[in-house]
Amino acid sequence: MKAVVLGGTSGMGRAIAQRLAERGDAVFLLGLDEPDLERSASDLKARHPKHAPIGYALCDLERPEGFAAALDAADSALGGFDSVIVTAAMFATQDALEADVELARRLVTVNYANTVVFCEHARKRLLSRGGGRLTVFSSVAGDRGRKPVAIYGSSKAGLSVYLEALDHKFHAAGLSVLCVKPGFVKTAMTTGLKPPPFAGEPDRVAASVVRAMDARKPVLYAPGIWALILLIIRWLPRFVMRKINF
Amino acid sequence: MAENLETATYGAVLCRGLGRSYGDSSLPAKASDKVVATRLANRILHFDPSTGVLRAEAGVSLVELNRLFIPRGWFSPVTPGTKFVTLGGMVASDVHGKNHHREGCFGAHVRALRMRLADDSLIECSPAEHADLFYATIGGMGLLGHILEVEFVLHRIPGPWVWMESERVADLDAFLAALGEAAPKWPMTMGWIDCLHRGRTMGRGILMAGRWAEPGEVSAEPPRPTREKSVPFEFPNWALNPFTAKAFNAAFYWRHFRRHFKGPIAPEPFFYPLDAIHDWNRVYGARGFTQYQCVLPRAAGAAAVREFMDRLTKLGAASPLCVIKDCGPEGKGMLSFPLEGTSIAVDMAVSPDIQRVVDSLNEFVIEAGGRIYLTKDRFTRPAHFRAMEPRLEKFLAVREKWDPQRRLRSAQSVRLFGDPV
Ligand SMILES: Cc1cc2nc3c(=O)[nH]c(=O)nc-3n(C[C@H](O)[C@H](O)[C@H](O)COP(=O)(O)OP(=O)(O)OC[C@H]3O[C@@H](n4cnc5c(N)ncnc54)[C@H](O)[C@@H]3O)c2cc1C
Repeated sequence: MKAVVLGGTSGMGRAIAQRLAERGDAVFLLGLDEPDLERSASDLKARHPKHAPIGYALCDLERPEGFAAALDAADSALGGFDSVIVTAAMFATQDALEADVELARRLVTVNYANTVVFCEHARKRLLSRGGGRLTVFSSVAGDRGRKPVAIYGSSKAGLSVYLEALDHKFHAAGLSVLCVKPGFVKTAMTTGLKPPPFAGEPDRVAASVVRAMDARKPVLYAPGIWALILLIIRWLPRFVMRKINF
Repeated sequence: MAENLETATYGAVLCRGLGRSYGDSSLPAKASDKVVATRLANRILHFDPSTGVLRAEAGVSLVELNRLFIPRGWFSPVTPGTKFVTLGGMVASDVHGKNHHREGCFGAHVRALRMRLADDSLIECSPAEHADLFYATIGGMGLLGHILEVEFVLHRIPGPWVWMESERVADLDAFLAALGEAAPKWPMTMGWIDCLHRGRTMGRGILMAGRWAEPGEVSAEPPRPTREKSVPFEFPNWALNPFTAKAFNAAFYWRHFRRHFKGPIAPEPFFYPLDAIHDWNRVYGARGFTQYQCVLPRAAGAAAVREFMDRLTKLGAASPLCVIKDCGPEGKGMLSFPLEGTSIAVDMAVSPDIQRVVDSLNEFVIEAGGRIYLTKDRFTRPAHFRAMEPRLEKFLAVREKWDPQRRLRSAQSVRLFGDPV
């Protein structure tokens, strides 16, 4: 595989990039901090005994004007990529978002509008050479409107629907789209929140994502237990949803 | 939890790796103190296959390092008895392993450290650069600064298998003699002893010696990863008592090992027998447990080890596990634990009696000229520590220079060194 990872310097993106590099896949990192990118690229090189190409370029989800150039850089470094993974996103608590409308605008733009724009750039490049894989991290928070993640969840709901549609539309053309819906995973993003008993470890989640990519699955709940939890949540009547603070 | 230690350690008072220290050294003195959990800072920054020099972020774990490098023919120069530790924790505790008599502690293989100091500045230290800071940090329990990056040298190994020979030994004197004989012959040695048996068979046990196996001696296949079992629930407090402890030891002694074993073994069960059972500490129930580890100097002789065991049994400190190790010369880390002599580690359930037990054992250790291991300590009194640690003044002087306000502190440093809360 020749993979581009947007968000590959931290959290689950880093864990996925590490897995891919280790099995010999070529990896190109996109992120917003140059020293961080450089350190992460060195990490992949040190882990990777066979030294497939590993490179990086700056790419900021808040600056859609840079998307095309970043993907072109990846393309020429890898000699044509066949897989794009997006783990980057913005997170803020519902309280913070309610207190600051500008923050809410930014979050919704980054998580939905700009992510869709990035995926469109990626999709076109993949389809132009007969398809490939697009893997995007959405969230279980997008499956149902819930009080504690009203705004964040809605941005992810939009993204999930887009990814599902993309999968339907271009599957026959050779593009397989994977929508990853992580539940609680212990990363820097969730520091300070109380983990539920079934919280996931980034390493394990990364392994399951790579497996799902290889198997060309369309949707992955990670850790798997969330599929069951969300199955129940999706069927709860509104009056129950209103009562519970889940 | 932090991925980027450089930003996260700003203003922090303590770091915590994987929390495998038994005592209170990685716990804050008060709840509002900022403690940085380092395990997500897990990038390897540089590896030079011509020299084995590796530089990595402090949160890289030994599990990860082993997984990545054993297949490539490299291994950590020193490993403790668990792989669930971080590089930062290994430096701060200056861990020792089965090869201490040959290779010394982990710190002896460290070439440089990048740190954030108490005044929030960043610094690189090594045996040549800020040597006082370097040697106080090695074994210094995180009290000199936050370790951000560790540069050390991996060892070349001939293959992914260990050659082990083990035998049952009938009593303590024979055991110590055998341990002494094995040390010059084997790069790695250690033993388990049954410290509950009194009388003639006191100190019977299993002596293990090992070295990395040469490719010709073993199958070409790498060892298969073991399926790991875990202890599903906490045992009730009554489950651990002298009787069950005895049963556990007997079972371990008679079932786990044949009289003689000679052959290849995977690194995991050789180095980390306890890691095979996740959450094994739950065996000790909700009250938890601690470990007592001390080293008795060679000069005190086998008699001191026997007396120590006697005192242990008299105190009724039931211990299903007792690990004995022959240590080589003292290293350069200012508070590093090992000392030429015999190290003894015993698990102890935390009971209402524990303070009295630890006090009594410490008094013995002081008399014998030995010392305890800080990373496993939670109950030692300041006066006792002072009495067993002639190097303390020097360590405190270095601390005074780099952190006069004692901004960096842990529950342990407040207890032992009287740091401000
Ligand atoms: C089953 C078992 C077997 C063991 N066997 C051995 C053995 O054979 N030999 C041996 O020597 N030890 C042994 N130990 C002890 C263990 O190796 C040490 O306690 C080790 O330091 C734990 O590492 P950690 O990453 O979990 O650190 P923690 O327990 O989280 O922290 C230990 C200390 O390191 C400091 N620290 C951690 N990270 C940093 C950092 N980045 N910067 C500054 N300070 C930091 C903490 O403040 C604390 O003082 C064993 C422990 C267990 C549980």
